[in-house]
Amino acid sequence: MADHAVVAADDVDLSRRKFLTRATIATGAVGVAFAAVPFIESWNPSERARAQGAPTELDLSKIEPGQMATTVWRRSPIYVVRRTPDMVARIAGHDPELKDPTSRDSVQPAYAQNTLRSRTAEFLVLVGTCTHLGCLPKQRFEKGELYPSWPGGFFCPCHGSRFDLAGRVFNGSPASVNLRVPPYSYPNPRTLLVGADEKGAA
Amino acid sequence: MAVKTATGAPAALPAGLAAPPAKQGFWAWLNKRLPVDEFISSQLTGYYAPKNFNIWYFFGSLALVVLALQLLSGIYLTMFYKPGELTSFDSVEYIMREVNFGWLIRYLHSTGASAFFVVVYLHMFRALLYGSYRAPRELLWLFGMLVYLALMAEAFMGYVLPWGNMSFWGAQVIVNLFGTIPGIGPGLVEWIRGDYGIADATLNRFFALHVALLPLALLLLVMLHLVALRQTGSNNPDGIEIKDKLGADGKPLDGIPFHPYYTVKDVVGIGVFAVLFALIVFFVPTLGGLFLEAPNFEPANPLSTPEHIAPVWYFTPYYAILRAVPDQRMGALLMLLSVVSFLFLPWLDHSPVKSMRYKGWMSRTWLALFAISFVALGYLGLQPAEGLYVVLARIFAVIYLAYFWLMPIYTKLEPVKPVPARVIYHAH
Repeated sequence: MADHAVVAADDVDLSRRKFLTRATIATGAVGVAFAAVPFIESWNPSERARAQGAPTELDLSKIEPGQMATTVWRRSPIYVVRRTPDMVARIAGHDPELKDPTSRDSVQPAYAQNTLRSRTAEFLVLVGTCTHLGCLPKQRFEKGELYPSWPGGFFCPCHGSRFDLAGRVFNGSPASVNLRVPPYSYPNPRTLLVGADEKGAA
Repeated sequence: MAVKTATGAPAALPAGLAAPPAKQGFWAWLNKRLPVDEFISSQLTGYYAPKNFNIWYFFGSLALVVLALQLLSGIYLTMFYKPGELTSFDSVEYIMREVNFGWLIRYLHSTGASAFFVVVYLHMFRALLYGSYRAPRELLWLFGMLVYLALMAEAFMGYVLPWGNMSFWGAQVIVNLFGTIPGIGPGLVEWIRGDYGIADATLNRFFALHVALLPLALLLLVMLHLVALRQTGSNNPDGIEIKDKLGADGKPLDGIPFHPYYTVKDVVGIGVFAVLFALIVFFVPTLGGLFLEAPNFEPANPLSTPEHIAPVWYFTPYYAILRAVPDQRMGALLMLLSVVSFLFLPWLDHSPVKSMRYKGWMSRTWLALFAISFVALGYLGLQPAEGLYVVLARIFAVIYLAYFWLMPIYTKLEPVKPVPARVIYHAH
């Protein structure tokens, strides 16, 4: 051992050794990064989970005016509200009380980025999980149900977020953006298809 | 037995220790191959701890006892529990009703989780009280905090496993917190869940993390915490370094060997703890919904949120801070800040003294306010987020954070008392 130490001190090109050490470490690090890919990738939704997330249909004729039906798409409840003309009228008039009245920061397809947040005035289609932390907002559709000036909408029991009849969030709620609108389409006038629109399946 | 004749005592004893009488036979054979004597003398009989420890110094050893209990009861639960959307809830009921003593093993584990946080919170408060996080113990403190963070992850995932409705919705709320990270948030949430909602895939990976990865991480971190403690030695209620005052024999004048003095003391603490623990396990295992929540006795239902979601008591201070902020991202950020603030303590405390015994009135007042805020936030996190509760949560959240982030100012402003040269100790 002692002989090797003497040789190292005299003849060895230390800068070359340092370079080779660093190059070896760098190559090893790249290898580790590649080896990590399958382990990280395995956590993403499996093929089965993706298949189960396919579009889902709902028969609209079964919903009475003023009522809400709930279906499931991608493990999220989907709220479908058949709004009466009175309910549609109650969406207007409180824009200053809303965090995002024009849905600029909210998640929805382009065809739902309007005041009513829907393709047609009659049917409102929402992902029924609160944009705060994912609880299920409850329906409070009646005027004045929460407080005298309440125009009707949704109330999240977990942390108190409030949304109007277009799913737009009121000031003072912990949620920052409006309820999400999923991609949807009407293959025929009495059927709703959640998860697919003109652009294809989501 | 083919045992070689011993040639004498192990060679590498620390200086100053009297060499034990030469041993013969199996013990000598063993010590030539495994440093048993050396380990006992360097870690126990030759490891000196300050002689002025008080009641606050019980909780470190108690945390080790609870860790051992959780490992034992946890391993036994995995023998009967079946992770899976369709099997988890039923297998927990099976453990409770049909496995022999299954109810006891499960209640030991569920009560042990809460007991773990009780002793860890008291252990941490001791550090705040006597400045145990100060130099040269910064790394000791950081390893301890990493143990705490790993413990939080372990407790959260363990809570999801019974797949009751509170398990499901608790997981939903906590996992969605990652969705508030700008840009990568939504993709990250999907990656954590492995599905478009909290699902079978989520439950299974939480099981793997809860029973394998996190316990291994915990054991490693606890070991590092203890190794760092052996390097610096324990702090004490006076905040004086006992290594600075050595006797003629090279041992600290104010220190006593850890074994037998503190092992005997800790055994008394374990006895008292075991009595209280047994009272809860046998008479009030749910502790009125604090240790096990009522909504978790019904199966997970993705289409029905419990009227009122609250985590188990040990997370409620942070949960109250999360809900106190009327903005999603800011709420998550403040909650994160209130947890990680502890990590910065060694560099926030600028006081010339370590122990609260010699700090001034400002440090004492702030520590008292912090302790009150922590308990008050813990209470508020269990209440619905409305009206006065939210206002109070905001006030206490501000005090909580001010304790940490005003510390560089108030620890410099206040007058301190002179620190004695030797620890204060009254013989019994």
